[in-house]
Amino acid sequence: MSRRFRLLWWIVFLIGAVYFFLPLVATFQFSLRDVPPTAAYTDLLANGEFLSTLTYSGTIGLATVILSVALVVPTAFWVRLRLPRARPYIEFITLLPFMVPPVVFVFGLITTYSRPPLALTSTDRGSDFLLVAAYVVLSLPYMYRAADTGLSAIDVRSLTEAAQSLGAGWPTILMKVILPNVRVAVLSGAFLTLAIVLGEFTIALFLARPAFAPFLGLLGDADPFQQSAGALVSFGLTWIAMIVISLIGRGSQTRITVAGAR
Amino acid sequence: MAFATAFLLIPTAKLIIGSFQDSNGQFTTENYADFGSKLVVNAYETSIEISLVTAVGAAIFGFLLAYAVISGGLPKPIRAAVLTFSGVASNFAGIPLALAFVFTAGRVGLLTVFLRGIGFDPYKTGFTLYSKIGLELVYFYFQLPLMILIIAPAIDGLKREWREAAENLGATTFQFWRRIALPILMPSILGAIMLLFGNAFGAQATAYQLTGGLINLVTLLVGDELSGDVLHSPGKGLALAVGMIVVMAIALAGYAILQRRAERWRR
Amino acid sequence: MAFLELTGVQKRFGPSVAVADFNLAMEAGEFVSFLGPSGCGKTTTLRMIAGFEVPTEGQIMLEGSDITNRPPNKRNVGMVFQSYALFPNMTVADNIGFGLRVRKRPADQIRKRVGELLELINLPDKGGRYPYQLSGGQQQRIALARALAFEPQVLLLDEPLSALDAKIRVALRVEIRSIQRQLGITTVYVTHDQEEALSLSDRVVVMSEGHVEQIGTPFEVYNFPKTPFVASFVGTLNVLPASVVDAGRGEVMIAGQTVRIARRFEGGSGKSVNIALRPEMVKLGDGPEGSNRVSGKVIDVSFLGSIVRMRVAVGGENGPIVSLDEFNEPTLKLPEVGETLTINFPADGPLVLDSAPADPAEVLLAEA
Repeated sequence: MSRRFRLLWWIVFLIGAVYFFLPLVATFQFSLRDVPPTAAYTDLLANGEFLSTLTYSGTIGLATVILSVALVVPTAFWVRLRLPRARPYIEFITLLPFMVPPVVFVFGLITTYSRPPLALTSTDRGSDFLLVAAYVVLSLPYMYRAADTGLSAIDVRSLTEAAQSLGAGWPTILMKVILPNVRVAVLSGAFLTLAIVLGEFTIALFLARPAFAPFLGLLGDADPFQQSAGALVSFGLTWIAMIVISLIGRGSQTRITVAGAR
Repeated sequence: MAFATAFLLIPTAKLIIGSFQDSNGQFTTENYADFGSKLVVNAYETSIEISLVTAVGAAIFGFLLAYAVISGGLPKPIRAAVLTFSGVASNFAGIPLALAFVFTAGRVGLLTVFLRGIGFDPYKTGFTLYSKIGLELVYFYFQLPLMILIIAPAIDGLKREWREAAENLGATTFQFWRRIALPILMPSILGAIMLLFGNAFGAQATAYQLTGGLINLVTLLVGDELSGDVLHSPGKGLALAVGMIVVMAIALAGYAILQRRAERWRR
Repeated sequence: MAFLELTGVQKRFGPSVAVADFNLAMEAGEFVSFLGPSGCGKTTTLRMIAGFEVPTEGQIMLEGSDITNRPPNKRNVGMVFQSYALFPNMTVADNIGFGLRVRKRPADQIRKRVGELLELINLPDKGGRYPYQLSGGQQQRIALARALAFEPQVLLLDEPLSALDAKIRVALRVEIRSIQRQLGITTVYVTHDQEEALSLSDRVVVMSEGHVEQIGTPFEVYNFPKTPFVASFVGTLNVLPASVVDAGRGEVMIAGQTVRIARRFEGGSGKSVNIALRPEMVKLGDGPEGSNRVSGKVIDVSFLGSIVRMRVAVGGENGPIVSLDEFNEPTLKLPEVGETLTINFPADGPLVLDSAPADPAEVLLAEA
């Protein structure tokens, strides 16, 4: 029946395609207006801050992923195994980060952790830790859902009982049995988290950390051409993360919904 | 979960408590006095309006787009490409996104220049990218893909048999959509609108970069308070932040009520 | 003139032929089953009658008018789907009344009709429930009521029972047939289950790979299969390798033992053929005078309830295996596994598959 309207659907699709590609094309076109045309990119690469902020964001992202996996996978596992009735509540908690805007969230963090007894913001290490903690919270919705979807695809109870009857302890069960089985799901969540961390602006800015997005924001005053090139690089990095997700997710049922930091 | 408590619940609670304290830690409702001021009221109005417009607008057009690539008879590879691209675009926000639109539809943007070239200057019609409409246009860039990602599984879940059964019983395409497909999809659509609303309501970086504060949004006010650009008392910033949480809570409650009505036929 | 008539109907999807040259004329009130394995084209044919597929070639006539290209919502044909396809957002009553509502019938008339149908399917008090609150069997009865509510000219059922438990399947089968008789509605029933097709239908259309293999009453297709496919698909069948001894006298050799076959077949002495034999034709012991008797070794004995099925290797351990059924009676003496014994079957039991004559029924009657 829908085939009768195929032309209409093509038009809808094309309007969408133009809307989504035009800004990218325009950015690219702008980045080439520098003299010489490739200057925007060579300057960007030569800019020491570009690499250092990218490395910093990458490191923070990695730390976030590790901490997040370490927290979320055992929790999701335990909830499925022992506390199925707590699931709605846990799911609600994992959705809360959606409901608290990042700017409000970072406000709360600073208020709580800027004075004794927990003056984390007074040192760089402390701020880094706070940043990672904030990102772990931001990534909770994706990570928890990813892990839960992964776990739903396997029979957690039987696997655990089988491992126990073979003499495995809890750490062994988690590391050798559960984690490998939800690897694909968790990896998708991990790359998504990386993409979010790379693009996150608000929290990093207010915690005054040298992250990639704030760097990009401030670049405009110095060199708008570099900035446009940086925007494309940022887009490209997100692309890579998404393609990796769709590659590792191929053939599995895991599909996670995504939304990053605005 | 202790982690979520330490880094999400406690800060939120602190915000709420702090918003009721003056600089000496005494209880006061003084911080909320600002809610009577034109600036704050206007900021909430603008934020809510933009969020509503982009959430509902993106829900409608995103639904059409998702339907087009899933069930519209377009070639199969398009579907996969659109879904992956949606993953990227829904994450493409903040500074780079705002920039991309400046390069496209700013005063000397690619599209603006092109349109001026064919004799139509959008900026002469009163349009400007640095306005509410402009900001909404930009927000659609991450709202639409998010809608596609959320609604795609629901559209996939529409069974072919339902449509065939409806046709078989004599229903027209319109009757099928009005009586069957839309009611079945409604819970998912409502959930998506809710999420999109929160998504836009909490957005800060994009607007910050795009308008540099020309548009009065709550997130920007909170940000200003936070970075100390406007030196009121910290309590007022806290009150603004708590106000945002309240708006989200009301939106969530409204959603829960609608959801229950739309879902009564579900288990 | 026939009530529903399909003439030269073909359906191709690109290069692959889903249905090749389908011809069928149904009388009003007739119950016809399309029987065949999955992918044989039976569902495609049904969907062409419903209007979900348009035939590549051919014509479909319903009560004298050509409906070949009529859209599905303009046909007056009720359909029941394998997956029930109840609308989850509507109550049972709204589901049943849907066809009438889109036809803009008055509300009180719809209410009355829905009540009648709930009565008919024996679920009078379930009108206010939602589909998810009901069992599979109940849901399928509601789907049936929904398809009947707008008084269609033809009722189509697409494997309506295959998603249900065995017990409910049999009960609902009986119910479908009795409702169909009660209403006298012309019905097409698609199934891969030969027991369903045989027990329900006035006529059965056996299909394979897009072709119609045979159209006949259940009695005909079971007892006088026209093709090897029909013989093997309908009912359980022993297929035994044999060689022709003398076609004129109807003698073949199975595992070194000569057997007489009443149905005519062709082939020179020594030609290899396959013999088809229904398990229920074969009995333990010597049987009446004139029976074929062969000896074999019991491989296993399985108790199926009302019958006992045994497998016997003809001529010893490695010989071809014959399944045979005996009714379970208290006096039945079961053989031991490994025992060597004699089994018998009448000369008109077996059928030579590779050279079946055009109309086996005719030959059999002539012999009798």
